Amino acid sequence: MKQLKSFIKKEFFHIFRDPRTMLILFGIPIAQLLIFGTVIKSEIKDVHIAVYDQSKDITTQQITNKILSSGYFILDKNLENTNGIEDIFRKGKVKEVIVFESNFGEKLKKEGKANVQLIADASDPNTARLVISYTSGIINDYIKKMYPNLQLPMQIQPEVRMYFNEEMKSAYMFVPGVMALILMLISAMMTSISITREKELGTMEILLVSPLRPAQIIIGKVIPYLMLSVANAFVIVLIGNLVFGVPITGSFILLMLETILFIMMALCLGILISTAAKNQMTAMFISMIGLMLPTIILSGFIYPIENMPVVLQVISHIMPARYFVTIIRAIMLKGVGILFVWKETLILIGMTLFFIAVSVRKFKIRLE
Amino acid sequence: MIKINQISKSYNENQAVKKISLKVNEGELFGLIGPDGAGKTTLMRILTTLLLPESGEAKMDGLDVVNDFKKIRHIVGYMPGRFSLYQDLSVEENLNFFATVFGTTVQENYDLIRDIYYQIEPFKNRRAGKLSGGMKQKLALSCALIHKPKILVLDEPTTGVDAVSRKEFWEMLKKLQKKGITILVSTPYMDEANLCDRVALIQKGELLNVDSPQRITEKFPRRIIQIRSDEMYRLINDLRAFEKAESVFAFGQFVHFTGINDDVETNELDIYLEKQNHNNIVVEEISPGIEDVFMSMQSNSK
Repeated sequence: MKQLKSFIKKEFFHIFRDPRTMLILFGIPIAQLLIFGTVIKSEIKDVHIAVYDQSKDITTQQITNKILSSGYFILDKNLENTNGIEDIFRKGKVKEVIVFESNFGEKLKKEGKANVQLIADASDPNTARLVISYTSGIINDYIKKMYPNLQLPMQIQPEVRMYFNEEMKSAYMFVPGVMALILMLISAMMTSISITREKELGTMEILLVSPLRPAQIIIGKVIPYLMLSVANAFVIVLIGNLVFGVPITGSFILLMLETILFIMMALCLGILISTAAKNQMTAMFISMIGLMLPTIILSGFIYPIENMPVVLQVISHIMPARYFVTIIRAIMLKGVGILFVWKETLILIGMTLFFIAVSVRKFKIRLE
Repeated sequence: MIKINQISKSYNENQAVKKISLKVNEGELFGLIGPDGAGKTTLMRILTTLLLPESGEAKMDGLDVVNDFKKIRHIVGYMPGRFSLYQDLSVEENLNFFATVFGTTVQENYDLIRDIYYQIEPFKNRRAGKLSGGMKQKLALSCALIHKPKILVLDEPTTGVDAVSRKEFWEMLKKLQKKGITILVSTPYMDEANLCDRVALIQKGELLNVDSPQRITEKFPRRIIQIRSDEMYRLINDLRAFEKAESVFAFGQFVHFTGINDDVETNELDIYLEKQNHNNIVVEEISPGIEDVFMSMQSNSK
């Protein structure tokens, strides 16, 4: 016990005395969270548009105003003819052009029908789709309010509600994902690096000839990083909540317990990596390439797993982050308890035990 | 204390240790002498349970290096060839860490390391990575001794250390030996061989000879002639060109010469060298040192 305590103390000295380690542990997670937070967006804001209004009556004015006051769009230019449309798209700033036909308001009143054309720059299909749907939404809304009695033949009116994320905020999606990614990377990478560093510097040789048992070395390596990673997770949840407004509707304690479980899993994975890697470089490469990309792509953090090809769907089952993302989304957004995530929790526990067992077995009590 | 019986070990195709058998007595200061790549480190790692031998067996204080490795790890102090302490921990932190790891405290065994440690104690708050070569080595020795081992295994402890520190280090080893610790030390330096009680000469994984340094040189049957002149390089070349020369080696300021069948007299060489226009020629017969033995064995085994 005393041996373990002094081992852990030594490990903390290593961490706190190495500026690089400190940066990876605390700088990168926060930077990553903020970068992901501002980069990944499925909502639009301040999109530049141009309007070609051939009618210039009250109705078109009101519609234009309503569109511009929504906060999603900024008017870049009023066009006078259709010739400029292609040029203006080529310049790249304007993403959408709205064209009202002449006598728009009059036609609408008399015939109950008028045409508006939405032209979008689809070189970025995602934005184009979003822009079009936002604009149509606003126009439809306007028409409905102005002419409540206007009845189209055989109309079905869907009432849409986005449960758990009413405003479709993308932060709700990426905060759990980034949390999984960061914890996975930091935990696995830092433990694997710290063990391989001992191999590289030759200190492992001395640890091996000492009476320390493999389990003591492994636990001594895991505990400091576990504590720091938990602190990290706490900071991520806090930033998610304060900066990006992601709620924690479920039990905070359950959330933290699940997080600790996930960190344990990642740490054990890191130790497993270190038993295979000979030096710090290899350990870092395996952790980065082997864990980062699959975690981003296959965990359902950015791309829905259901839409993947079957092969990738099958592979995604071995990605621990997939289960963790499901769990924390459920707890943070839906506010559910353990009863709803016990399956995923069990899978994570199983993976952790598996990694511990394999790394203790593979941990070499000798050189070679 | 240490019994090695027919130990072999190879890495891939390369046989590092070939059927070495050796016995080290209790309380002995035993030297493994040989050039780089002779297999000294491999042999020491087998003894410290870091490597498994391919064949043969070895016992440390009666404990088998394969089966009783856990017990051996309590009674052996090991100092690897490379400085292997934590560079980012201070001198004191390193010492305390290794003391606790071995289940003891610095205070408990302080008298054993006092002679060594008091020299680096003024720097106890300095990070180990910032120590000089000699101080690092003293710290490493203190750490290897902190659990009062019965057997101390030192792998090239004086490599990369200045001459003064080397001398001090060997004095420390002598003191430790008096305290009853069996010491196995390897070195590539022949002059250090003379400080051991007994030495084993190792070359390419094979044991060439085991005896006390004096006996080894006494038993050496060849005559060694020591020569110097003003132009060292030309001297070696000229001597090698001499028809009755068997081996010619540079040894510091001198050249050591052995003639074919020892059938060369000093005056013969005098005359020969004067003919080659060498100045300040000194030619004298000396008693062979351990280097000469080693060199001759090396060339025989080729």
